[in-house]
Amino acid sequence: MKNPELLTPDNSSVDLDAEFRNSNIKEVLDKLDLELIGLKPVKTRIRETAALLLVDRVRKKLDMTAGAPSLHMSFTGNPGTGKTTVALRMSEILHRLGYVREGHLVSVTRDDLVGQYIGHTAPKTKEVLKKAMGGVLFIDEAYYLYKPENERDYGAESIEILLQTMENNRDDLVVILAGYKDRMEKFFRSNPGMRSRIAHHIDFPDYSADELVAIAKLMLAAQNYRFSPEGEVAFGEYIHLRMKMDHFANARSVRNALDRARLRQANRLFKGARKNLSRIDLMTIEAEDIRASRVFQEGAVDLDGDEGANENPPAS
Amino acid sequence: MMTNVGNRVTQGQFSFLPPLTDKQISAQIKYALKNGWAIGVEYTDDPHPRNTYWEMFGNPMFDLKDPAGILSEINDCRKTYPNHYIRVTAFNSTRGVESPTMSYIVNRPKNEPGFRLDRQETDGRCVRYTIHSYATDKPEAERY
Repeated sequence: MKNPELLTPDNSSVDLDAEFRNSNIKEVLDKLDLELIGLKPVKTRIRETAALLLVDRVRKKLDMTAGAPSLHMSFTGNPGTGKTTVALRMSEILHRLGYVREGHLVSVTRDDLVGQYIGHTAPKTKEVLKKAMGGVLFIDEAYYLYKPENERDYGAESIEILLQTMENNRDDLVVILAGYKDRMEKFFRSNPGMRSRIAHHIDFPDYSADELVAIAKLMLAAQNYRFSPEGEVAFGEYIHLRMKMDHFANARSVRNALDRARLRQANRLFKGARKNLSRIDLMTIEAEDIRASRVFQEGAVDLDGDEGANENPPAS
Repeated sequence: MMTNVGNRVTQGQFSFLPPLTDKQISAQIKYALKNGWAIGVEYTDDPHPRNTYWEMFGNPMFDLKDPAGILSEINDCRKTYPNHYIRVTAFNSTRGVESPTMSYIVNRPKNEPGFRLDRQETDGRCVRYTIHSYATDKPEAERY
């Protein structure tokens, strides 16, 4: 810096605590802790980002400028690890900290960005970018943008415009790319410009079995259901079995399993002799609702996540 | 024209004020967005007041949340046509209204030659009056 006396400490001070309270950011972070089970590294990263933005804001009050930090992010992780949910929360946090003006999330995939003929891509991408300004642009499965096997693919054009906007309109929007880890690695390797413009690479770990049960309970509570004690034990076993199978999609598999358990519960209640049901009956998922799942049948390997509805059990 | 120093074209909103800054334009766009109006950027080099339909610069913009996108479009237009009139219009698509609700000039030529009054003597002692823009004496795109 040209002006060394700017850096010398003086007597002016700022209350970081007050700033923290005023931003209401604590509320969002607490909600994040409460509603998202596990995801330790992700939460740590979000806290760090929030702290940086808060300190930045305080610094600005004392006329110490450092330029807006680049907040483009990439979320990598297996399916169902909460990438979209966190992206939504991220836009809220950034909005509370005053980093983005509107705080909305525009979620797009390749189809929304890449056109079908020459001259179609640029306006399409630009329109999406314009819509996302003042908020967060979430590009799901971003690696589909780049198709190296087809040199006439328009994805590259879209990436070019994205890069340009990410660089020039840094204070207008935040871009979050998401996708599976290995494919994103490949995507970044073939697009070094993209990698260098994204400062935050956040990896979403898989959930442990206990975390998945906790997630299931949370999901049920949100829909006014709950496990009976035996039901919870049964679900724990179910998760252990399911995790070993193919196409396990973390929280998404849990949600599908719960949807099917609700179906079976409704069926059980309907077929049951007792037609006079209490509130408790209506909201309880019993062990038998879980144990009826194909996952418990020995050797059933579930390939398509439908719990083997139309499949013959393989030989092994 | 004593009320209009320097032959400034005064049509649309804010035209008697000094030129709007980008910040002021953003605030106006924000107001339009808040009301759910679609915003278009238009340009022309024919300043005649009866020239209602100007050329559109790109498509009108729907469903935006933030003025930054539109401002960048305005700046693109200014770069392409630095010496044209550029205006921003907001269109209200509510059934029964369906018309522009805002319109203001955000860019004008450096030198505006203004208009002259033509008098045409017709039958008897009748005189018809019309205004004529000096700029339109030259062909399109060479006017300013």
